[in-house]
Amino acid sequence: MLLFGVGVVVNRNPVASALCLVVSFVGLASLFISLDAHFLGIIQILVYTGAVMVLFLFIIMLLDLKEEARRALNAWAVAGGAVVALCLVGTLLHVLGTFPKGEATLPPLVVPEGQTYEDTKALGTLLFTEYVFHVQVIGLLLLGATVGVVALSKKEASK
Amino acid sequence: MGTLNGYLLVSGLLFTIGLTGVMVRRNIIIIFMCLELMLSAANLTLVAFSRFGLVNGLPNHHGQLLVFFTITVAAAEVAVGLAIIVALYRAKQTVHVEDLKSLGG
Repeated sequence: MLLFGVGVVVNRNPVASALCLVVSFVGLASLFISLDAHFLGIIQILVYTGAVMVLFLFIIMLLDLKEEARRALNAWAVAGGAVVALCLVGTLLHVLGTFPKGEATLPPLVVPEGQTYEDTKALGTLLFTEYVFHVQVIGLLLLGATVGVVALSKKEASK
Repeated sequence: MGTLNGYLLVSGLLFTIGLTGVMVRRNIIIIFMCLELMLSAANLTLVAFSRFGLVNGLPNHHGQLLVFFTITVAAAEVAVGLAIIVALYRAKQTVHVEDLKSLGG
């Protein structure tokens, strides 16, 4: 998964980059499922590798970006990126090395006798009781995004 | 893997890859993909902590709902961002950020 994440950055061709991103997201979804978050794993695959990546590929095809593959990299940007990456990895290793709780292995789930763990049911219950206001806000946000996208593309089309 | 540190390490490395990509690459679409990578890395951290911080023997569902909302917002953000990129491309005929200097003065 991390390998394909690197592939996103390294690949010159945007289509190959996008496909690497798909594989990386599928790996991430499998990690979610390994953490017993089945609902989120499925949502990750549906939303990211389904909707978002189709959108990315569609835009890449629409703009026809093949010819942009060759261009010299900015040396300062590469150096800065490498320095920041090294600093982040160093900080990460230091913090994780001094985090004793991080050694915990996966604790077993406690479910009542004769029942199985249903995270979708639990999440849905919580979503429509305690978080119902948030759901409405998100709905409004999605509506706003839809209207905004239509407005953005319409203005350009009428030019 | 299987320990909390393992998941956090993967998440941190994924975030680092995304950040490096944003800094190094000059293609705005790839920068956008790297942003998605960073968002997903943060999601992995949330899910890992929700699974390891059990509440009454069950994962902390509030953390997982935060991930759900994040994914929703990220999807909306991708749609709007790509629309902006298309509009930009129509105006400037480029997706390279170094060619976009009209705000630089």
